[in-house]
Amino acid sequence: MDCSDNTDNNSNNGNPEENSDFEISDILNFYTEKGSVTDPQSMTFSISGEEHTLGNALRYIIIQHPEVEYCGYSIPHPSEDKLNIRIQTTENTTAIDAMRKGLEDLKSLCAKISETFYKANRDFDEKNNIS
Amino acid sequence: MKKSKQASKARDHLEILQTRVVVERDHVSSISSSDFPFHTSNRYPDHDLVERLRNKIIIAIEKKSQYDMEFDIIGVDASIANALRRIMIAEVPTMAIEKVFIYDNTSIVQDEVLAHRLGLIPIKADPDEFDFKQSTEHPTDQNTIVFKLKQECKRNPKASADEAEYINHNVYSAALIWEPKGDQAERFKDSPIRPVHDDILIAQMRPGQKIELEAHCEKGCGKEHAKWSPAATASYRLMPDIILKEEITGDLADKFASCFAPGVVEVENKTVDGESKKVAKVVNPRLDTVSREVLRHKEFEDKVQLTRIRDHFIFRVESTGILESEKIVFDSLQILSSKCTMLLKALDIKLKEKEETETSQNNENAMELDT
Repeated sequence: MDCSDNTDNNSNNGNPEENSDFEISDILNFYTEKGSVTDPQSMTFSISGEEHTLGNALRYIIIQHPEVEYCGYSIPHPSEDKLNIRIQTTENTTAIDAMRKGLEDLKSLCAKISETFYKANRDFDEKNNIS
Repeated sequence: MKKSKQASKARDHLEILQTRVVVERDHVSSISSSDFPFHTSNRYPDHDLVERLRNKIIIAIEKKSQYDMEFDIIGVDASIANALRRIMIAEVPTMAIEKVFIYDNTSIVQDEVLAHRLGLIPIKADPDEFDFKQSTEHPTDQNTIVFKLKQECKRNPKASADEAEYINHNVYSAALIWEPKGDQAERFKDSPIRPVHDDILIAQMRPGQKIELEAHCEKGCGKEHAKWSPAATASYRLMPDIILKEEITGDLADKFASCFAPGVVEVENKTVDGESKKVAKVVNPRLDTVSREVLRHKEFEDKVQLTRIRDHFIFRVESTGILESEKIVFDSLQILSSKCTMLLKALDIKLKEKEETETSQNNENAMELDT
């Protein structure tokens, strides 16, 4: 199992910068429909080392984009370390851009929740005199 | 007049479907979230929807002790709340005993069982101070904590009738002695590394039996083995909301209140036209277990609707004692965020690679044309 490698990559303590670029680019692949003409509007992204945790959250964020016509995720087989995310968009954007916006939005949402939680926690401590 | 009343009724119904999960007598309805563009209106959204999501988040801490907390997150989707819950359980790293070198074990607990029991003992050590140890790496003071355990059971010849017959007969987690390596003694002088609890029973022995071992702690995540999970429990439930469609009065009010957990519904005395009457009032829906008892009674059938608020999550995070519960929450948020950073980076690298191969192909084609 290369489980430890994945946890390393995902963790905030795992120092992702220490990994070489080669390893990072191995996490993600994307392709259009096999045998069809290249269509930037519909793509499947294949991510290794991720599960429903990221799959469902990312799917939810991506469908908030009004130019996205379809976004769904699947884990093709439970014993395979793989997550597929399918994105189809209108002509006004591309699947890659929708994916990028989704990732950035999810990141900013995390930052916002973190900030709000920090404030709530601080207020609670002040109110109850916890140092 | 009638038409507008019907319209407002329909609007109310629509709003319930959008914001509530409805708990009915024998099933749950209005389950899925409809919070995405073009679901309820055909209008193109005139603002960034994620911006709107960010702005409506409310968090309130309900209860907190050092290792246990209850808090509300209002305004997020189940997918986000669930991602956080899953990360808290399975992806926030801690230190736990991973390798056990057994020099002597004559107790009746088999080596592998003993090692497994040791692994499950929570170790009070700040995981941020350590690196993950890759299987190819050697143990260093940056990725391993060493504990020694040596205990031998003996008979106590001087024991009185009410005293224990044996000495060292119970092996507790307190017997695990931290052995600082490298600069660890200096690094952790303010918070010496130890098991979180000293009274975890590891094994029992009889005179003549002995356990001697060395245990190595490594950093890991709950998804590999639950012993690394920092959360004893991390769960959420949706805030219950009891909607009264009409006033419930008199003796019926008492019966209504008894259908819910104590403290959820209270019966008040209200004076109307000089006449005092009892009226049921929902005071604290948070305490409700959503038992649906009220729906078993015919008399309440059309008077009440049991719902849960779709975007109001009541989280309960209980720590094993290694990390403070708020730290588990912060870490989970940071891990989710770093997953995104990692994928954005991977996306950029992949696009660059693709571009390079395309340009080199184009150059080759151009060269062929030249010749």
